[in-house]
Amino acid sequence: MGFIHRHRWLTPYLLLVPGLAWLALFFVVPLGFLAHQSLEVQNPIDYSYAFKWAWHNYSDAISTYEPQLVRSFEYAAIATALALVLSYPLAYWIAFRGGRWKNVLLLFIIGPFFVTYLIRTLAWETILSDNSFVVSTLKHIGILGPNDRLLQTSTAVVAGITYNFLPFMALPLYVSLEQIDPRLVEAAKDLYASSAKAFLKVTLPLSLPGIFAGTLLTFIPAAGDFINAQLLGTSDQYMIGNVIQSRFLELTDYPTAAALSFILMAIILAVVLIYARALGTEKLTG
Amino acid sequence: MTTAAEVVSAPAPRVRPSLLAFVRRHVLTVYSLLVFAYLLLPIVVVVLFSFNSPKGRFNVVWNHFTLDNWVNWDAVSGIRSSIELSLEIAAIASLAATALGTLIALALVRYRFRGRGATNMLIFLPMASPEIVLGASLLTLFLSVNAQLGFWTITIAHVMFCISYVVVTVRARLIGFDRHLEEAAMDLGANEWTTFRKVTLPLLAPAILSALLLCFALSVDDFVITNFNSGATVTFPLFVWGAARVATPPQINVIGTAIFAIALTVMIVNVAVQMGRSRKGTTA
Repeated sequence: MGFIHRHRWLTPYLLLVPGLAWLALFFVVPLGFLAHQSLEVQNPIDYSYAFKWAWHNYSDAISTYEPQLVRSFEYAAIATALALVLSYPLAYWIAFRGGRWKNVLLLFIIGPFFVTYLIRTLAWETILSDNSFVVSTLKHIGILGPNDRLLQTSTAVVAGITYNFLPFMALPLYVSLEQIDPRLVEAAKDLYASSAKAFLKVTLPLSLPGIFAGTLLTFIPAAGDFINAQLLGTSDQYMIGNVIQSRFLELTDYPTAAALSFILMAIILAVVLIYARALGTEKLTG
Repeated sequence: MTTAAEVVSAPAPRVRPSLLAFVRRHVLTVYSLLVFAYLLLPIVVVVLFSFNSPKGRFNVVWNHFTLDNWVNWDAVSGIRSSIELSLEIAAIASLAATALGTLIALALVRYRFRGRGATNMLIFLPMASPEIVLGASLLTLFLSVNAQLGFWTITIAHVMFCISYVVVTVRARLIGFDRHLEEAAMDLGANEWTTFRKVTLPLLAPAILSALLLCFALSVDDFVITNFNSGATVTFPLFVWGAARVATPPQINVIGTAIFAIALTVMIVNVAVQMGRSRKGTTA
């Protein structure tokens, strides 16, 4: 104890070291290894790898897997937008109308998380399968034609992604809406703002942090997902995650898989920065 | 006290808007209930199909009710060992991650030091990275050092992605912490260690417990990262993945339902305790 008393400035570092060392060793260092791997070339004869600053791995990966890359971000964007549209009114309803049942209602939102990810996706496979209750109902009311199917279409994959990450959207939205002082909305209405105007000018801007957090928490895992495409789609719906995982685990084409991982990260980062800037300025001018 | 509900439902001075508001209020309620139905539908399917006696190998069409799947929950070869393995890994990983993460949270909230920004960044990044990248990069590390893939590589990976969640959970509690209680203990002659043990730790216990449970749940549920670092070892999600290609035995639904029921019970107890506490708080 004497040593600690004499060197008090050391205390925070002593607390940090074990955890940060773990993160450095098993998060930062591996990214370095992955970067190294992404610039390697495989010897076609003995399948060994050699480091060659092979930047062409990146351009090759982009040109070969452009459809999957585009599809990943397309699906992720649609799923994020859907999740926002589905969960904003819900979060609003719980925050402003939930009363003392708020916590119980929140349980319904996180309910899906209590079912193992793979099992709830398999449940969607059951729900969307050709002779299921949902599909026959949709056929009966004419939304689907007699030979249409839902399973193994992009609709099914996007629906699955939306479902699986919806709680990530709904929870931050709820937190930001719940913090809004209802007297602010009241004040706007006292000043003759219509309900719609009060919502647009007071509630919506104040909930922007929730929209921002929710969008990112949904978009990032959605863009990297491959389970939904695998279970609910076909190879026509495969996303970049499917390519990375099969290159890595089935074809052992590590350089391509590593390059694709960094491309995925880079695009996500770019999207996040652009989005942050767009939302930030809107916040200032709105 | 004015609650949110009262403000919103307060009668508006004008007649037409109040009618409009009435209609709109119910639209919102109906919409919310529909979204709830959407959220709960797959759960209902999972539970329902755990009582199904499927005709073929795939448990997708309802045939007839049976309790056999529940009675013989481990009749599928490999399912029992995969669950035991998942629980074992989750126990070790959540304890380790909670210890490491709690220390980081304490340092971040209690001390000003050089490198705070970098530390915060290092905590944030794993949560903001796609799981597939975390899994793939760890695999390249393990392959480079010729590590034997299996129990320990999975555990290492789970600790890694859990730490950030622990920091966030415990930090939230520490920020709203009344430091006067610790000062009081010190004034009464307790040294720092005794104060930490007798005052800080008990007050932090709920946050530490939620962090522990969160990690446990994340670990049991993880597929993507585990899939990269498991080698030939099979955890429960890997078992489901492997099984889903050739058949989906209803026992998978049984386990899914059981996990759901346990998690729900834990959460309900948690909510009940919180509600009880807040009620006590308002009457006092």
